[in-house]
Amino acid sequence: MAPSFDTLRDEDLDEDDFDEEEVDISDLREKYEVQLEQGYDTFVVVDGLPPVTEELKPKLIKFLLKKLNSVGRTKEENIFMPMGEDGTSQRFAFVEYSSAAEAAAAVRQLDGVPLDKKNTLRVNKMTDIDRYGREGRISDEYHPPQIPPFEPSKHLRSFMADPTGRGRDQFVLFRGENVGVFWNNEKDQPENIVDRPGWTETFVQWSPFGTYLTSVHAQGVQLWGGPDWERKKRFAHPFVNLVAFSPNEKYLVTWSNRPISIPDEGHPALTLDDDGKNYVIWDIETSKPLRSFAQLDTLGAPDENGVKKPIKAAWPAFKWSADDKYVARLNPGQSISVYELPRMNLLDKTVIKLDGVVDFDWAPATSQREGVKTYEQLFCFWTPEIGSNPARVGLMSIPSKEIVRSLNLFSVTDAKLHWQSDAAYLCVKVDRHSKSKKSQATTLEIFRVKEKGVPVEVVDTIKDTVINFAWEPKGDRFVTITTTEPVGPTAVPPKTSVAFFCPEKMKGNAIGNFKHLRTLDKKNSNAIYWSPKGRFVVVATVHNQQSSDLDFFDLDFEGEKPESDKDMTANLQLMSTADHYGVTDIEWDPSGRFVATWASAWKHSMENGYHIYDFKGEALREEPIEKFKQFAWRPRPATLLSKEEQKTIRKNLREYSRIFEVEDAERVNSADVAVVEDRRRILQEWLAWRESVEADVAEERAELGLPIDPIAELLKAKTAELGPDEEEKIIEEIMEEVLEETEEIVT
Amino acid sequence: MRPILLSGHERALTQIKYNRDGDLIFSVSKDQQICVWFAHNGERLGTYHGHVGAIWTVDVDPTSTIIASGSADNTIRLWDIKTGKNLKTWEFPTAVKRVEFNEDGTRLLGVTEKRMGHLGTIVVLDITVDVDAEQNDEKALTIVCDESKATVAGWSYLSKYIIAGHEDGSISQYDGKTGDLIYNIPIHELNMAITDLQWSPDRTYFITASKDKTSKLITAHDLEVLKTYVADTPLNSATITTKKDFVVLGGGQAAMDVTRTSARQGKFEARFYHKIFEDEIGRVRGHFGPLNTVAADPTGKGYASGGEDGYVRVHQFDKGYFDFMYEVERERQNRLG
Repeated sequence: MAPSFDTLRDEDLDEDDFDEEEVDISDLREKYEVQLEQGYDTFVVVDGLPPVTEELKPKLIKFLLKKLNSVGRTKEENIFMPMGEDGTSQRFAFVEYSSAAEAAAAVRQLDGVPLDKKNTLRVNKMTDIDRYGREGRISDEYHPPQIPPFEPSKHLRSFMADPTGRGRDQFVLFRGENVGVFWNNEKDQPENIVDRPGWTETFVQWSPFGTYLTSVHAQGVQLWGGPDWERKKRFAHPFVNLVAFSPNEKYLVTWSNRPISIPDEGHPALTLDDDGKNYVIWDIETSKPLRSFAQLDTLGAPDENGVKKPIKAAWPAFKWSADDKYVARLNPGQSISVYELPRMNLLDKTVIKLDGVVDFDWAPATSQREGVKTYEQLFCFWTPEIGSNPARVGLMSIPSKEIVRSLNLFSVTDAKLHWQSDAAYLCVKVDRHSKSKKSQATTLEIFRVKEKGVPVEVVDTIKDTVINFAWEPKGDRFVTITTTEPVGPTAVPPKTSVAFFCPEKMKGNAIGNFKHLRTLDKKNSNAIYWSPKGRFVVVATVHNQQSSDLDFFDLDFEGEKPESDKDMTANLQLMSTADHYGVTDIEWDPSGRFVATWASAWKHSMENGYHIYDFKGEALREEPIEKFKQFAWRPRPATLLSKEEQKTIRKNLREYSRIFEVEDAERVNSADVAVVEDRRRILQEWLAWRESVEADVAEERAELGLPIDPIAELLKAKTAELGPDEEEKIIEEIMEEVLEETEEIVT
Repeated sequence: MRPILLSGHERALTQIKYNRDGDLIFSVSKDQQICVWFAHNGERLGTYHGHVGAIWTVDVDPTSTIIASGSADNTIRLWDIKTGKNLKTWEFPTAVKRVEFNEDGTRLLGVTEKRMGHLGTIVVLDITVDVDAEQNDEKALTIVCDESKATVAGWSYLSKYIIAGHEDGSISQYDGKTGDLIYNIPIHELNMAITDLQWSPDRTYFITASKDKTSKLITAHDLEVLKTYVADTPLNSATITTKKDFVVLGGGQAAMDVTRTSARQGKFEARFYHKIFEDEIGRVRGHFGPLNTVAADPTGKGYASGGEDGYVRVHQFDKGYFDFMYEVERERQNRLG
């Protein structure tokens, strides 16, 4: 029985047995002690002062004040310098600032600053000295920091070695919440390498050489690589939206539309200086930020209400020179800022002023101009007509900032800059308007960058508006898509024409004038995808509700060449036409052997999935996948083989291909054998199962005394019932068929 | 293989049934009509009048004497095939979504809808397969589905089990005599309704169709999934062909889910899969709405499909169909022959 209140004895009260005071909680107290504001936050301790006598003390304090007041406000009487017994100062001082923020600034900025030649200031918060300097808090013994033994990391380029020896390419698939990397198996199911749910939050991206796979999260960007797909790097840019790599994988630019806000407790990678910035440029090797930038709020032209709306930030905002040495940003209408890597300092400490500048682009390769021996990187830019000054396209050399070539143009509505991949040519697509501004026409101004004096050739045979343009990679041919009607928000996109251009044949190695080769009219095409190796091109209709054609062209067709094209450096042939309903994106694999096309759930939700074609346009594989978002071939780094070695390979291609063909045939055969074996097994299993089930059912029926075929019995009964009433009728049907007919004339 | 187009219905088809001899086709539709057709030429033999609501389901007894139908007018009716006479009407509180005779035609099950406070049920009626007999008024058995309503149900071999497919994607096995629940197994994706359940000729296994875009072949005895057929569109119906080891699936994007009504997008095709190897063999186009029901001729000579577009398409298989064989099947046939 539990004691009731009436019978409560003193012993039942355990007050005496338990004394809170006795419990030792000092360990917990120490662990969870809250750092309260101690009122000393405005104080700092300045160490490293020279020893002074009482007479010299005011002089030192005055000298010190100059330094101290550079970061905050303090007064002579707020500096206390304790004197030792021997009459000289003890080489330190207490200083009170007018606010805690100033004290913090003093610690940040004055610590380690030399006072004179001999003495260096050490500035610490008084509270810190109290916290760490208290006895027992810091061990007196020195323990060397533990340096973990060096562990070689796994090879980041191991993906180049296909375990099957077939030189297959990898690709990444992002569908639903899962991200997986696969080997391309052409017609067969791709071989999975790794598959992880929720690997990224928004999208995935390969680095330019395929070394890393980038995943994007609210906390920042992560890079994954190596054979085990470990996390290699982390770049903590909160709420990052977009990522761009420098061409040689040395640097990374991250962008968020939300300005960075550094929390009070600090940020693992960024500092207070990065507060309010949108862009961060990172060094990939060290994963440290190099410099951050705020977004430029540029206002566009005033609309009908005279309100200037901010222009959407262009991406990439930071453009890299081909060798990662420079990165530049456009300040629209005003200037271009070029920064030098790795210090990220503004080149020559000034921006390049270019009035009205609209766009610029670096040459995608380190250019080699004839007669120019010094190192240079080129970029091109264009400025529109301002007042009576003509529009201008310029080519600037960096670091000299010398304008190599400039071209004046009139009646320009817009210009687009297109570099050829070797930086051998630059095509400026100029949209011109007539004087009345009613009609539009396009001309192509082609800069021959490698030739002496950079001659400019004009292609002005185009009457219509050019909506797309693409150079052949590593080549000198190009494709344009034109339309007669302006592209607008119409329900039915206008018909387009696809035109092919190539240089004329010339003697020797010279490259002739660009001539129109062929135009294909009444197309719907709106996109051009060249093979990365040149020669083959896919002209496609993407993002279109009505049509989705893919036309595969060969520009060096080995068959007969039409007489009209005999002076041309191309022989155009349509190899094949495919159709991928709802296609949104197309990408060639890095070897130029395959083309992937996909319909992404980001754009629409109809028939999402991907197709793989070979370069000839033969469909190899179709895979519809629900919520399919992204496909990306893993890029490959540039070949390590010398020009001569590549040449030898090309020469012996026939031999290699014979070996490969035999291997392919063998693989197909063995796969077929496996499939047949599998089917034989499945059929056997099915027949065995049927046999056992039939036996079981028959047994059960026999047990219940039921006939094996219940319905046959029922029908018999029914027929018997009907039998006597109805006579059995025999219906005879005679069919006649004419087998042969012959006609004979009887005389 | 030119199909015969049966254009006797004015609204979406709901179910098609062949009789056992494969010479008659019964079709029901939302237009409150039951039609019977000659399978070989598509001539309409007659209609059965009486229902005053969309008809969801029909079944014919094994001796082709009577048919049963279930309708949104909350009744199951029994009809004399020959005369078209309405022999019997049972009333229920809610619509009847599925009826099926057992293997000897002595029992009939009906699946009733869950609506207006009534739970979905499976009822069993005793039937006398005789046009002159007095039918029993009373239900022999009522199974209440309190978890998830049954959408389809059928009788296994020996009438041993009642198998039901549910709205939540699960399959239940009930004792055919007592109505006790034996198993309930989630087979299809959760909350993807099972839309059809049809039997193999000997009723030892059945095929399901589901909104989760798959169809499965399942044993009646232990509900083991034998085969899975993956399609790229929600399925409304699935059937097993005889003579050849195929299955036919029908479906298509429901009208309310299609943003643009192109035939391409809707995937309104009947799909043939190999029953044993699970490969897709071919597709038959023709309907311009989703396929609501497919049925195979029990004699193996053809199949019929009924669509949301109101048409029944009756196909007779041609020589190519019968000649088609996998290498391992041919191998076996050669060995046996």
